[in-house]
Amino acid sequence: MYFGESANYGFLFLAPWLIFFPTLGLLINVAFGHKFSERTIGAVASLATGAAFVVSIALAWTLSASHADVLRWRLAEWIHIGAVSLDWTFRVDALSTTMMLVVSGVGTLIHIYAIGYMHEDVRFKADPGRFQRFFVFLNLFIAAMMILISADSYLMLFIGWEGVGLCSFLLIGFWYEMDTLGQPSWSNSYAAKKAFVVNRIGDYGFLIASFIMFWAFGTFQFDAVFAKAPQVSQGLIIAITLFYLLGVTGKSAQIPLYVWLPDAMAGPTPVSALIHAATMVTAGVYLITRSAPLYSAVPIAQNIVALTGAVTALFAATIAAGQYDIKKVLAYSTISQLGFMVAAVGVGAYVAGMFHLVTHAFFKALLFLAAGSVILGMERGHHHVEHAHQDKSKKGKKKQEDRGEIFDPGDMRNMGGLRKTMPVTFWVYMAGTLALAGIPPFAGFWSKDEILLDASLHNPTVYWLLTIAAFFTAFYMGRQIWLVFFGTARHEAASLAEESPRVITFPLIALAILSVIGGAINLPFTGFHHFTHWLEGALGKVEAMNLDTQVALVSTALALAAIAISWFLYGRAPADAVRRDPLETLGVLFKGMNGKWWIDELYQALVITPYVKTAQFLADVIDGRFWHDWFHDSVVVGGFNWASRIGLDVYADQKGIDAFANNLGAWTQSLSTMMRKAQNGFVRSYALTFLLGVVLILGYLVFK
Amino acid sequence: MVPVDYYVILSAILFTIGVLGVLIRRNALIIFMSIELMLNAANLAIVAFGSVIESFSGQIFVFFVIAVAAAEVAIGLALIVEIFKSKRSIDVDQVSGLKG
Repeated sequence: MYFGESANYGFLFLAPWLIFFPTLGLLINVAFGHKFSERTIGAVASLATGAAFVVSIALAWTLSASHADVLRWRLAEWIHIGAVSLDWTFRVDALSTTMMLVVSGVGTLIHIYAIGYMHEDVRFKADPGRFQRFFVFLNLFIAAMMILISADSYLMLFIGWEGVGLCSFLLIGFWYEMDTLGQPSWSNSYAAKKAFVVNRIGDYGFLIASFIMFWAFGTFQFDAVFAKAPQVSQGLIIAITLFYLLGVTGKSAQIPLYVWLPDAMAGPTPVSALIHAATMVTAGVYLITRSAPLYSAVPIAQNIVALTGAVTALFAATIAAGQYDIKKVLAYSTISQLGFMVAAVGVGAYVAGMFHLVTHAFFKALLFLAAGSVILGMERGHHHVEHAHQDKSKKGKKKQEDRGEIFDPGDMRNMGGLRKTMPVTFWVYMAGTLALAGIPPFAGFWSKDEILLDASLHNPTVYWLLTIAAFFTAFYMGRQIWLVFFGTARHEAASLAEESPRVITFPLIALAILSVIGGAINLPFTGFHHFTHWLEGALGKVEAMNLDTQVALVSTALALAAIAISWFLYGRAPADAVRRDPLETLGVLFKGMNGKWWIDELYQALVITPYVKTAQFLADVIDGRFWHDWFHDSVVVGGFNWASRIGLDVYADQKGIDAFANNLGAWTQSLSTMMRKAQNGFVRSYALTFLLGVVLILGYLVFK
Repeated sequence: MVPVDYYVILSAILFTIGVLGVLIRRNALIIFMSIELMLNAANLAIVAFGSVIESFSGQIFVFFVIAVAAAEVAIGLALIVEIFKSKRSIDVDQVSGLKG
């Protein structure tokens, strides 16, 4: 059944190199990175990912040329224990190749960008040695992501699922000994830990689902599971799908487990773009799409998935509108957009979900990278400001601490007017913004519109939630554009900001082009449904949908209205040195949006504090005082002492062994005391004894 | 010819005197002489029985005994002299160093 065993299928034999290339890249950088220049390290890592992209193209070509739905390439025997029989098999179908192309393609661009970004970042953070480590982690992430999407079974998918979680943890805590502003603190470490722990909760759901699946189906292999699905009871499938949904809410940052993603922005910006926007966080959407036959079998689970996504989309969008940090806005925007995708796959619009996944990867990666470029520009500007002050006062580096000001290059309240100082970044940011806001004909419009159209047909509640979320999306992106790029500089650094070098702007421009034209892969007009037909190989027959004027008009009108409102609030009278946000007049509503609706505080109060208190209680009272002090010291040690003293010492040793040895000695002694009396020292007594002996023996001999 | 019974009786009397001398007397020299007496009592008996069975083996035996007794005297007297040197006495009851 493994078609891959035959060599007739073009470049299928290259499939393992999806993983081998990035692994090779990271091994080279681990082994020789310390001897390489930064340029070489970056080139090795980028080439490794680029090679994976070439492999992805080759596999996509092979798949389309073979006219097969699924191609498999068996690399090795993996697990053969008892009833489990699993091989390490690469699955090449329309769904996985789509993901491969996105991950390796966007990944390559981000690798290139990271060469420029990290070059400056390691210098601002004063530890150039970490440049090498960054690219090792980045390659490791690509390898793990490739395992995840090329998996042919849930177990293999889980390996990648955990692998990308590990890379996420390592990269969020990349500057582990400082906070996002570079001040000594453990806050980046806490962010990494938070991401890891929250994801573990989701992984717990994944594992439980897999256990139930193995119990019910006896296999982890995708096709075998789907083939058997009709024979398995509805209840079990609902349990499996909902536990997988828990995993999805962890990895794809949905309510209730989304809280780690905003904090994950502590990682360097290329990480935010690659892992926490474009690829890893979409793994959940991919998982649901991959499990489409299971989800389609249970409408209840589908509805829960759709509602989770839709509520998350709206909820996160409202928070995004109240943030001041340029990356935090994008982080909540990512959660919101992931909500769109999850809602899409929830209503059964798998193609729309995947379509949005692809376009989102383009424009969100673009926005993050451009935000990184803005931050670097601000840092450069700040650098100039410091230099100017140093020259004036000649007080050296002390100056900054004297003023007690810690400059935040990511705070939008410090920006303004960057349109002129950073023109390339501005234009690509505009492209990303329009795509995200859903303005035709940018990529985001087509994919979001397809989701809205599907939602309007299947689930009106979800449709309205998403439409309102789309309105907020356009609003917070408009707010960001006005605050960052228009008006006048609100901080010296912003007026002195500099455009980024070409190694940074090249990937930005490439992604901007994709963000503009990316929608062309699946236009809602008869004859242009390329992506839909492409995915049909993996998802079965899908009804291709054409543009619905009403849905498109409503969403476009709302987006334009939102941008207009944002202009009215932020662009009309450009905020100068005034730092008050016009939204603050909303009072408690804005406090909620800015304070993330106090969800972190709620979790702190509901989960973390009781958890820590319980842990302290267990550690102190149960383990410390009861178990260690009382049970161990009193019961065990005391009991042991008592038993050894009374039982062994007194009875066994003293009264047993000792008594035996002592008595033996005493007996011997008393016997010899008796015997010694014969030894009186008088020779004549001995002679007499001889005589008596002789008489006795003779008497015996004579009278016997 | 004197009957052999007489020899044996004389021998027994001599032996008994020797035994009593060893057991009763405390003077080491007397004890020593008593031992010689017992040896010679035995010699007498052996020679007597040897003549009865008309064999020289009894006499040969006795020669050996006499030779051994001579050697014994040499060693025994030397011991007594040494005991006297250390104890200033030849009372055997004084020599009780091995008393238990």
